[in-house]
Amino acid sequence: MRPILAMVRKDLQLFLTDRRAVIMSLVAPIAIASFFGSIFSGNSNADRARIPVAIVDQDGSAISRGILDRVRGDKWVSVSTPTADEARAAVQKGALTVAVIIPGGFGDAAGRAFFSGANRPTLTMWYDPSHSTELGLVRGVMTQYVMESVSAEMFTGEQGRKVIDDTLASIDSMRLSGQQQALLRDLLQSARSFYSQATPAPADGATSTTPRRGLSMPYSVSEEAVTSGRNAAYNGYAHSFAGMGIQFLLFASIDLGVGILLERQRGLWKRLRSAPVSRVSLLIGKATSGSIIALMTLVVSFAFAMLVFGVRIHGSLAGFGLVAFATAVMAATFGLLIAALGKTPGGTRGIAILAVLMMVMLGGAWIPSFIFPAWLQQLTVVIPARWAVDGFDAMTWRGLGLQAALVPTAVMLAFAVLFGGLAVARFRWEEA
Amino acid sequence: MLEVRSLRKTYGDHVAVHDVSFSVQPGEVVGLLGPNGAGKTTTVSMIAGLVTPVSGQVLIGGEPLAGDTDPKKRTIGLVPQDLALYDELSALANLRFFGALYHLSADALERAIASSLQLVGLADRAHDRVSTFSGGMKRRLNLAASLLHDPDILLLDEPTVGVDPQSRNAIFDNLETLKARGKGLLYTTHYMEEIERLADRVVIVDHGRVVASDTLEGLQRFAPAGAAGASLESIFLALTGRTLRD
Repeated sequence: MRPILAMVRKDLQLFLTDRRAVIMSLVAPIAIASFFGSIFSGNSNADRARIPVAIVDQDGSAISRGILDRVRGDKWVSVSTPTADEARAAVQKGALTVAVIIPGGFGDAAGRAFFSGANRPTLTMWYDPSHSTELGLVRGVMTQYVMESVSAEMFTGEQGRKVIDDTLASIDSMRLSGQQQALLRDLLQSARSFYSQATPAPADGATSTTPRRGLSMPYSVSEEAVTSGRNAAYNGYAHSFAGMGIQFLLFASIDLGVGILLERQRGLWKRLRSAPVSRVSLLIGKATSGSIIALMTLVVSFAFAMLVFGVRIHGSLAGFGLVAFATAVMAATFGLLIAALGKTPGGTRGIAILAVLMMVMLGGAWIPSFIFPAWLQQLTVVIPARWAVDGFDAMTWRGLGLQAALVPTAVMLAFAVLFGGLAVARFRWEEA
Repeated sequence: MLEVRSLRKTYGDHVAVHDVSFSVQPGEVVGLLGPNGAGKTTTVSMIAGLVTPVSGQVLIGGEPLAGDTDPKKRTIGLVPQDLALYDELSALANLRFFGALYHLSADALERAIASSLQLVGLADRAHDRVSTFSGGMKRRLNLAASLLHDPDILLLDEPTVGVDPQSRNAIFDNLETLKARGKGLLYTTHYMEEIERLADRVVIVDHGRVVASDTLEGLQRFAPAGAAGASLESIFLALTGRTLRD
């Protein structure tokens, strides 16, 4: 036991001796996690960046003006009205996310298509392909306001009256049965009567400033983010600090592995091996010091997140401790595996960094894993970083109990046993 | 005290050490000489338990050395060719760590550290970082780190590489002190004058085999013809040839 404790003390002394490295190992995850957290956390609507959208109104009809007025009032987009050429150039440069082209004759054609469903006019959208997800939101916004504007005009506007008059006049020439013609005539005459009663013409020279009401969304939405409780808002920093914490733990494990290779290169391992200390004790000493350093890094990172960004352990504190412990042990044994498989310190570091980056990327530490293809999501169960992220998420913002920590903990400890076993088997013990 | 019996080590088809045998008695300095690649370091590594021999035995007090945790390893102190020290730590922290590997209690370790530092003349630099030490001081500390558990046998693998004459002389003084205390020393080096000054017996190895083993006087029989009172270097070259080895 004494040699193991001595190794742990020595490794901690070495870690704390290099103050610049200590600061970097603590500051780097905090800085990057803060950045990612600011991106992925649920900002309030007031803070949300609006999507820059251009409306090119080549129609100039009451319907197209109505669309423009309504879109201007939307909280999700900021609207400009450049020419078509300017809009296309702006999208190409990335200054605009979407440009919506309302072609000439759109209002008239849309009004007719509103009743007949035929000859629907085309609304063209030019979009920045790097913002394809925002295109969906703009499409939804436009659908709502085009329907509102067209229906309002059709039921209450001059353009609607004209369309109804024209349609009434042409019913006899439509390819409809006599009964159908009669029903359509009744419907349109009722609509014309509704106009004259519901929307008196404005006084001479006056124009209405509020859009007339047409069809509206027949429901409203009540949204609730399902987190640990009704009073606990989702805190994106919890996820980002978990992800970045794990990433830098694994980077620290590279230092552990490369450190062993450097010790071997400097002849220190000869001195260790010449002492009456078992091989397992030597590796346990290394794994223990690596785990302690890893835990320190995690604790400092999460303490910062709690103090500055209000991250809270809404779930089980014991579960959080278990996940942190298992993550630290997994990372330390991964460092031993690096030392066992590596040859030169320089070459090993490069390969290990690539492996760690792949591991954290696939583990969902950078971006949520639900974005991955389905097959890849299933594949990530063999990535220990994913279990660590899931475990920390469960104990922080999801607010789950101790039971939710047990599976991630068990899986990571199993990974630790695997890594440690491989390290013992593959470690180069002979020191010629 | 230390007996090496028919040690053999191979790496694939290459035979690094072939049937090497010799012994080191208490209070005796045995010089292990050989050209580069002759098998000196591999032999020392097998004695220290760093390398497992294919066949043969390392006997300590007549008992074979068995395994990593064999308590008999406490009777051996290894002074590696490399400066096996943590530059970032103080001399004291280094010695505390290396001493703890031999299960020394806190009190015994502190006494051993004080004694070792006193022997190598670094007591006043105990709290300084090793990175601030000169090459000679590091060599002396490298020696001190091997003495903490008071070994009976000291394996010294080129312990004076890269040091100035003053430091080398200081190390020789230390080794003579240890010899006088009854320690057995196995000393490998390329410097013939060091062997001539320190060694009671010399073992010369080449191509993994012992080609001569005798006292300095006894080795004279290998001297080139007609070279009465030949130097150790001329005897060494007569036994190992003048062909460059690396």
